[in-house]
Amino acid sequence: MKFSIIIILFLVFSLANATQPTPTKVPDSLEERVKPCTICHEDIDKTGLDAYFPRIAGKPAGYLYNQLRNFRDGRRYYQPMAILLENMSDEYILEIAHHFASMQYTYPQPDPHRLPSNEIEMVEKLINKGDTARDLPACNACHGENLMGVEPYIPGLLGLPHAYLAAQFGGWRNGGIMRGQTPDCMSEIAKKLTQEEVYALARWLPAQPVSGETAKAELLAPALVQRCQDIFSERKLFK
Amino acid sequence: MKRIFLRFNRSWQAFLFISSSLLLVLLTTNLALADSAEQQLQQGRYLALAGNCKGCHTTLGGKPYAGGRKLRTPFGEFVTPNITPDINTGIGQWNKEDFWQAMHHGKSKDGRYLYPVFPYIEYTKVTRQDSDKIFAYLHSLPPVTQTNPPHKIDPPYDNQLLLFLWRTWYFKEGVYKPDSSKSEEWNRGAYLVQGLGHCTACHTSRNVWGASQDGELQGGEIMGTFWYAPSLISPLEAGMGDWSIESIVELLSTGITRHAVTSGPMATIVRESLQHLSAADMRAMAVYLQSIGKKEIDVKKTRKIPPMPETVRQYLAKGELIYEKHCQDCHGESGQGVPNIYPPLAGNRSVTMTSPLNTIRSVLYGGYPPSTAGNMRPYGMPPYQHIIHDAEIAQVVSYIRNAWGNFGSLVSPFDVDESRGYEY
Repeated sequence: MKFSIIIILFLVFSLANATQPTPTKVPDSLEERVKPCTICHEDIDKTGLDAYFPRIAGKPAGYLYNQLRNFRDGRRYYQPMAILLENMSDEYILEIAHHFASMQYTYPQPDPHRLPSNEIEMVEKLINKGDTARDLPACNACHGENLMGVEPYIPGLLGLPHAYLAAQFGGWRNGGIMRGQTPDCMSEIAKKLTQEEVYALARWLPAQPVSGETAKAELLAPALVQRCQDIFSERKLFK
Repeated sequence: MKRIFLRFNRSWQAFLFISSSLLLVLLTTNLALADSAEQQLQQGRYLALAGNCKGCHTTLGGKPYAGGRKLRTPFGEFVTPNITPDINTGIGQWNKEDFWQAMHHGKSKDGRYLYPVFPYIEYTKVTRQDSDKIFAYLHSLPPVTQTNPPHKIDPPYDNQLLLFLWRTWYFKEGVYKPDSSKSEEWNRGAYLVQGLGHCTACHTSRNVWGASQDGELQGGEIMGTFWYAPSLISPLEAGMGDWSIESIVELLSTGITRHAVTSGPMATIVRESLQHLSAADMRAMAVYLQSIGKKEIDVKKTRKIPPMPETVRQYLAKGELIYEKHCQDCHGESGQGVPNIYPPLAGNRSVTMTSPLNTIRSVLYGGYPPSTAGNMRPYGMPPYQHIIHDAEIAQVVSYIRNAWGNFGSLVSPFDVDESRGYEY
């Protein structure tokens, strides 16, 4: 009897308590702090109302750090990102970049292309040899032997969807990315490619199986580091 | 001989003594001069921060103080000039008189009237000493060679005669005059708020000629930004008559308090300027701002909340569903928020004030409060412009303006669309 009274009292009290708004407990974590990012950038590439959101999980920290600052400082052009980052310090951006870089990510299955053999040949030449006549370095000279990127600044090229690659090439060729930063190596390279080459690259890359790890920075040729020196600033932050 | 030698020795000693002490005096005065020059520069740097010169005179991602930022107004597009000491493209040929002429009289070095986009309406209150210190600081900066594009002023406003008439009518020249009936702290606050801080540049409503209606901090839409700078007097907006000095200081120097958060252009002002000011100056500004704020008690009595028609009830019910789905996780089921993290919406004057602009923009674009020493890793609000439609944003904003004891006008999808800026 006594016991049931206690239980009833307990229930009544907990009901009374339940009607009070309990102050929301907010975890003191970076995960909570980057909710405005993850609402769009989940761990997969995603298409929204009228926008496309690339995954950022697992991309190299220095690359993310550079891109976030580029959005904030007007060198890369996307209004929602610019507004979110407007009043953020470099230190905070660096922390956020490391957070997303350290996230685990499962790559999608390869997306087969239907390119004719002459186009495949053209792409493979660009990937492995480049074109010295046009001063185009091989893709894998910078993006890693296996195209999985080079720590900390150069992103991998595999496991990215066609739509994303096509948009990036478009951005470089038309000044949507890095328009305020001169000289910029990748936009210079993208502008030298023909429309056919861009098309074939953006089809060929998503068809490749993802394997291997992101390479270490030391493996880059000094000439290429020199050529793209803008993106290698503040290297000490990533030691 | 010995005597002569002694005499000579003595005079030699005397000479040595006098010359060395002279040298010492010279050295110390030189050091003192160098020291005070360094101090002057430091003070100039501080005053330039208080006036947030860099905020306008730097373009996005550009070199500090090299100008080039475009300011849109209903009278055309103005481009801020390079104020680094570059001889050809900056103010390298200016002297402190020229600088004073700009700050105090609103005239350029060549005597042309400056457009009041440069806030000389407020800077005229700055003292000559402070103006000289700012000039000395600007002249100590590394010169940046940067030619900025010309203004694009719409005719007929690109006319010096019109500008002359405007000035005659609206420009009251003069250094801030302390009010002897008030404390020194209050006067320092008033000097900063009215002068260098140029708060009136935004927190005022403007007439068709772009002039401040009353020269007071009564609030108004900021020209060309699609943000509403709330009244710093009315308790229904951002008046701080009922706030403690500590809360005012906290908001302005960290960007966030238990109950409020700075967003939009104000967040930028906190990051660029206010967070760098001394505790004494922040306190002085708070004392002044508190004194000009009206108390809530005088206003609440006159407010009558009419009964709600059924159609309105249904409209708000739709908003409530959206609130539960997208907003409640952070802002709480009763709009109570989380202190110093997610602002409360219940009783939030930024939500209920007459202009719904800032609330709509916060929902459309989201944002983070500024990273400041007092709030280095702020929590943020996601943008919803590409997650829910304008009609839904209108419903949810209408809902939060009328839930939990809030009372505000309803918002339509048209209002939402109108709140979009053109800056991107």
